[in-house]
Amino acid sequence: MTTLGTRPLDSFVDNDQKPVGYGRMLRKEDPRFVRGLGHYCDDIQLPGMLHMAILRSPYAHARIVSIDASAALAHPKVKAVVTGADLAEKGLAWMPTLSNDVQAVLATDKVRFQGQEVAIAVAEDRYAARDALDLIDVEYEPLDPVVDARRALEPGAPVIRDDLEGKADNHCFDWETGDEAATQAVFDAAEVVVSQDIVYPRVHPAPMETCGCVADYERVSGKLTLWTTSQAPHAHRTLYALVAGLPEHKIRVVSPDIGGGFGNKVPIYPGYVCAIVASLVLNKPVKWMEDRSENLISTGFARDYLMRGEIAATRDGKILAVRTHVLADHGAFNGTAAPVKYPAGFFGVFTGSYDLEAAYCKMTAVYTNKAPGGVAYACSFRITEAVYLVERIVDCLADELGMDPAELRLRNLIRPDQFPYTTKTGWVYDSGEYERALRLAMDMVGYDELRKEQAERRARGEMMGIGISFFTEAVGAGPRKDMDILGLGMADGCELTVHPTGKAVVRLSVQTQGQGHETTFAQIVAEELGIPPGDIEVVHGDTDQTPFGLGTYGSRSTPVSGAAAAMVARKVRDKARIIASGMLEVSVADLEWEKGAFGVKGDPGKSVTIQDIALRSYGAGDLPEGLEGGLQAEVCYNPENLTYPFGAYVCVVDVDRGTGQVKVRRFVAVDDCGTRINEMIIEGQVHGGLTDGVGMALMEMIAFDEEGNCLSASLMDYLIPTALEVPDWQTGHTVTPSPHHPIGAKGIGESATVGSPPAIVNAVVDALSPMGVRHADMPLTPARVWDAMQGHPTPPV
Amino acid sequence: MHVSMTVNGEPVAREIEDRLLLVHFLRDHLGLTGTHWGCDTSNCGTCVVWLDGEPVKSCTVLAAMADGHEVRTVEGLERDGELDPVQQGFMQCHGLQCGFCTPGMMMTARALLDRNPAPSEEEIREAISGQICRCTGYATIVRSVQWAAAYEASQAVGSSA
Ligand code: FES
Ligand code: FES
Repeated sequence: MTTLGTRPLDSFVDNDQKPVGYGRMLRKEDPRFVRGLGHYCDDIQLPGMLHMAILRSPYAHARIVSIDASAALAHPKVKAVVTGADLAEKGLAWMPTLSNDVQAVLATDKVRFQGQEVAIAVAEDRYAARDALDLIDVEYEPLDPVVDARRALEPGAPVIRDDLEGKADNHCFDWETGDEAATQAVFDAAEVVVSQDIVYPRVHPAPMETCGCVADYERVSGKLTLWTTSQAPHAHRTLYALVAGLPEHKIRVVSPDIGGGFGNKVPIYPGYVCAIVASLVLNKPVKWMEDRSENLISTGFARDYLMRGEIAATRDGKILAVRTHVLADHGAFNGTAAPVKYPAGFFGVFTGSYDLEAAYCKMTAVYTNKAPGGVAYACSFRITEAVYLVERIVDCLADELGMDPAELRLRNLIRPDQFPYTTKTGWVYDSGEYERALRLAMDMVGYDELRKEQAERRARGEMMGIGISFFTEAVGAGPRKDMDILGLGMADGCELTVHPTGKAVVRLSVQTQGQGHETTFAQIVAEELGIPPGDIEVVHGDTDQTPFGLGTYGSRSTPVSGAAAAMVARKVRDKARIIASGMLEVSVADLEWEKGAFGVKGDPGKSVTIQDIALRSYGAGDLPEGLEGGLQAEVCYNPENLTYPFGAYVCVVDVDRGTGQVKVRRFVAVDDCGTRINEMIIEGQVHGGLTDGVGMALMEMIAFDEEGNCLSASLMDYLIPTALEVPDWQTGHTVTPSPHHPIGAKGIGESATVGSPPAIVNAVVDALSPMGVRHADMPLTPARVWDAMQGHPTPPV
Repeated sequence: MHVSMTVNGEPVAREIEDRLLLVHFLRDHLGLTGTHWGCDTSNCGTCVVWLDGEPVKSCTVLAAMADGHEVRTVEGLERDGELDPVQQGFMQCHGLQCGFCTPGMMMTARALLDRNPAPSEEEIREAISGQICRCTGYATIVRSVQWAAAYEASQAVGSSA
């Protein structure tokens, strides 16, 4: 163990690097956070503020017979109780979801999942609001629930969504991609075909800060201010305008500091709408903060795909085709947050990183009596599921062929000269050097030596496993011709103003939940304009102060808003060039840009800095003809394509033969996210995602009993990795810039969440393979590993 | 009921409900919102403060139990305008992302270093194992605490020389 006293400080970090542009830089947001001066939703205290609490259904499926709130209303501190019937009178009992379905704000007819919102109480303090819930008497008539997605379409299954006119079953949607006939032909002719049932269980993002809001309606101005845990403040504002009929310019949505999002804070939840209603009705600010069990049982879950994967190959290991059938459990309402034309998100990239002849996917989605959601937990619009499927089935093929899984991947990865590469499901991968990344990961981990060590340990009866995954991500939604959320195109605005003294403010539509936007975006502008990042203020998260855009999720901030920030800075630079030509009395063509200044070509002594130009742009004296004063610009960036980050991960595990306990001994992650803006922040994003991966692979699952009771309603039951379950991560990188992105950056937010679960599961299965195990489903808890060791792996559902 | 205690060195006294939790007392009554709340079951540790110098989960302590005692919160880590080395370490080593778990992590780390100025990686992981960070993956938190330990060691060497 390192002794700390002897270790020099600068061996930990390079403190002095203050880049004017890209490079390691300490975060601008940290000075407030380390002092406890972050400003999160629950920190907001307004004069006269009331507190709201939500009464939730104890049943998964039941008819509401009656609600009696009289005792609650008699409580001296209670100001209001609102039920679904009250909302129905105002036409607000139902709201649209982000997938064009509807969701009950407060249940009117039936409750459709345990934890569904039934009534709210508003009181003078948070404890009294909770007390009031105990005083509301609801009579339910329990109905049979549909818990198992595989039984949802059985004839005679109870119909959950009888609110939808003419609905007589629990079918949600069908979706397919690829060429069914061509894929069948390849499978028919293939020398080797392997198939495997694979479950991606329901999991939950569980950010450390739960969801909540403070709604403040000001009667005289008619203005509603909503401080809220939202990853997409602009989209939320527009939806509130459409749902509640409030004029959009009279709604201000503010996302203050947010304690983690991971997709959990993309949807609009009934609680937000109820708090708004309460503020409108009571003419007071109203705060609502979930408790942890509310967060786990009612807000956006993730995954819940039951997949059958099939792979066709030649005997010598050329992969020919991948086919999958998926049963998707969407819960009681289709609350998936994905671009409208992509009901299964970007699951279409299930062809992975391989050069295939054919591919086909058929998906059926169903309603069940579980919480709505479906896209959350850094899933990159379902790419987690897609990558898990293909990386697991490729390992199954390696097992069938008796080939090393690294060797099998190296044989089949898309080659650099094949980019841009159009997959058999129509995705155009922008750039990649896949083999280089995989070889780097294998070198870093010492792959060949590990295999030798494994053989020795096996000979001693020890269970050690090595797992590989290679993933291609698709992020930065998206081109507006293809992608919108409820009709809102997924382009992002950005505004930049350089003040007279050369300090700048950049206004973004995206919102940070810990990703460090205040730093990264200052660095992007700094790189383009040569203004130190410390002189650039990043304004975000407030719809009154920022241009329109779709928000932070699906790793889209750097790919979309990062591009917007670079483009707006270039626009400012173009104007600065014209001003500089006037100042230096030369033609624009005679100027050259050196980061931070325009100089005259061939005359090294003559130049003006961006700060000089800024002052001139506002100052006395004429500007070049036709030019307005000031130095600012705005853009709305519409991405031409998605960006496609990729990576190669290797995981080493030890499995305890006596208990089935899995220990992640080592993990090497090589990521390629194109141009790298801030090394430190990128590494942090990767570490976080790898930890998510350990959670999903080994610990986390939202489970239900046959009545539809949620068995994972607290952090005692829903296990999240602590510092003891994860190793010290080893990261590496390659750089393959995106050819179409203005700065070549691809995004990194979800790569590790996407890439790590298959590496871990592949490692565990590798450890168990001498016992004849080819697959075991997540979460690989000691009990499930033990079952697999005994030869009867149990699926989690 | 009436409670009085010392919070970050300042005496405070308030009338409160008997059932009030210390975390809510600090946040809602004293406006010290650096201490957070993240679960119903004493699992997350975003609420960690010191009670008489020992880290406690303030969601699991009644304000009444702190009556007559000394409480220190994240707001009390900085002394005379100088950040505690732990705070500096978290900034230097990217020990935080969203910052929500950070105050609790830093309070535990400070208490650890006070007892054990040169903890091993395992000792640091063990010390924070009752707390959850959903963002960082912990390795950078470990490095942050190591940074603070090394910094303090270097200061001690400097002053004894
Ligand atoms: S709030 Fe989670 S442990 Fe205190
Ligand atoms: S920094 Fe977000 S929970 Fe730790």
